[in-house]
Amino acid sequence: MNANMTLAIAAGILIACGVYLILERSLTRILLGVIIVSNGVNILFLVASGHPGTPPIHGLFSEETAADPLPQAMVLTAIVITMAVTAFVLAMAYRSFQLNGHDEVADDVEDARIRQLAQADEQSESYEATRFSDTGEDVVSE
Amino acid sequence: MINLVPVPVMLALLGAAVTLMIPRRPVAQRVISIGCLTGIVALAGLFIWYTDTQGPMALWIGDWPVLLGIVLVADRLSSLMLLVAGVVALCVLIFSTGQDKGEVRRETPVSIFHPTFLLLVGGIANAFLAGDLFNLFVGFEIFLFASYVLLTLGGTKERIRAGTTYVIVSLLSSMLFLTSIASIYAATGTVNMAHVAVRVAELSEPVQLLLQVMLLTTFSIKAAVFPLSMWLPDSYPTAPAPVTAVFAGLLTKVGIYAIIRTQTLLFPDSDLSTLLMIAALATMLIGILGALAQVEIKRMLSFTLVSHLGYMVFGISLASDAGMAATIYYTAHHITIQAALFLVTGLIERRGGTSSLDGLGGLLKVSPVLALLFFVPAMNLGGIPPMSGFLGKVGLLQAGAEYGGPLVWVVMAGGIVTSLLTLMSMTKVWNRAFWGNVPDRIHATQDSYDGDAGDDDVRFLPPLMVFATSVLILFSLALTVFAGPLYSYSERAAVSIRSENYISAVLPEGVR
Repeated sequence: MNANMTLAIAAGILIACGVYLILERSLTRILLGVIIVSNGVNILFLVASGHPGTPPIHGLFSEETAADPLPQAMVLTAIVITMAVTAFVLAMAYRSFQLNGHDEVADDVEDARIRQLAQADEQSESYEATRFSDTGEDVVSE
Repeated sequence: MINLVPVPVMLALLGAAVTLMIPRRPVAQRVISIGCLTGIVALAGLFIWYTDTQGPMALWIGDWPVLLGIVLVADRLSSLMLLVAGVVALCVLIFSTGQDKGEVRRETPVSIFHPTFLLLVGGIANAFLAGDLFNLFVGFEIFLFASYVLLTLGGTKERIRAGTTYVIVSLLSSMLFLTSIASIYAATGTVNMAHVAVRVAELSEPVQLLLQVMLLTTFSIKAAVFPLSMWLPDSYPTAPAPVTAVFAGLLTKVGIYAIIRTQTLLFPDSDLSTLLMIAALATMLIGILGALAQVEIKRMLSFTLVSHLGYMVFGISLASDAGMAATIYYTAHHITIQAALFLVTGLIERRGGTSSLDGLGGLLKVSPVLALLFFVPAMNLGGIPPMSGFLGKVGLLQAGAEYGGPLVWVVMAGGIVTSLLTLMSMTKVWNRAFWGNVPDRIHATQDSYDGDAGDDDVRFLPPLMVFATSVLILFSLALTVFAGPLYSYSERAAVSIRSENYISAVLPEGVR
């Protein structure tokens, strides 16, 4: 199989850019990152399908010159899934904006708790004293 | 008989479509979803009997020429997983049916809950039955999407926060899965698992290793194996009790199933045992230490969930029939027991008004039924003989001893320590929630219900919820009582998932 170098490099660049965006804090940027990564992966499927060719329509073109149709079918499925993901994450980002006024990804509850404990410098005795309120936010009792 | 293989998936998806069309008729929705899940359980039972007596079933969908279409495969492993998943899903659904009106509106709005729940089950069934990597991916996507919706039901602040992490991590693992599929297709020219298994053996070793590690990483994220487990304890506890129960029971186990399937089928000779053993040890110990530090029961259970996944990874790392048999038995046990414990936590939350140990106490006095319902699965999780948790661990340790080597003994010691620490965390819950004085809060909760019915237990623990939880606990006890036949079934399953047996069951003679 001959791999198409241009496509492979394009896929690599797209995935790298996407990963960079996913590492951001804002949900909208993360969503953009996910979309770019998924496009990169779709191009990777085109690399996997081998040499380019005529449309794989039975009867219109000869089977020897036709492109491999299977990766194209997979890419179609992947595109549909990405569309649904986009819709869902956008809705979630909007809801987060409604509730918090921003769409930033919050800290892990556990991390926040450890940091609070470290600030209070009471790691050794006080974990029993840490309380969970009903809102899920932790309160360190003094 | 063989034409029945796709029916579990179809039943669930059809049920989802029908329940989505009748959002204003909750009773009809409940009847339909319970009917569909009962059908799935019955079919899974039939599959178990058939595959055990007649051998695996492979159905090429649509009667396309072999290797052109997709194949659904039901063998002993997938039938058993399907049965356990069906039973757990059915019990959880009955449990959610028992909620009263206000709770339904808050926690599981029927109009959207039932279709999504059925989609989740359909996706899980599809993942278990898929004989094709891309179909496995589609199954994963179906149940992940359903899980995004279930986890953020109601869109409260806390659930959106938890959902964000969960969705991003799941999306990343899906992208990784797609990348692995693209690489596998580029390397072998097929995505049919049996066919990939034939061809992957001809690839050079570095390429094989790359593909294996990519698939392993993908599924380890889904299965929450340390160090890829950090998302789980953060996201599961905020969801409604029935949702957490089914997530904890099933979703991570689909990841474990996928690891078992791909490791035994595609890369039977490759040697990542050392890596997996270290991952297993770290998962067990770090998970359980996290659990000990918690005061919130749901979070604690989420951490024990992570920690016990380490046992299954250990069984897989041994790469022997005995190890696989013990893993399969332990997976069936753990799905049931973890879901049962989360359902009981739902009941504790109802009775005590909170699931934090700080606000609980004296539940043994207030509600002995609840205490019994918690005690049995908690001891089972802690591995007290003669229950199924103990039997599964003994199986794993025996398989480990057969394998031998210093690292295995270290992991085994880690396993025993984990088991003891699990017992300790369960005892902590028992001590602080069931013993001691009844805090004012519970009386306050009692007073805020102004119903005039006399019996407190009936008001706080609706019979249907208790019934569903008890059925699940009885099922887990059945895994103990029928451990003999079930364990030998797992042993036969471990033989039939071996690469050569699976390939000869799915592919016709002479396909390369």
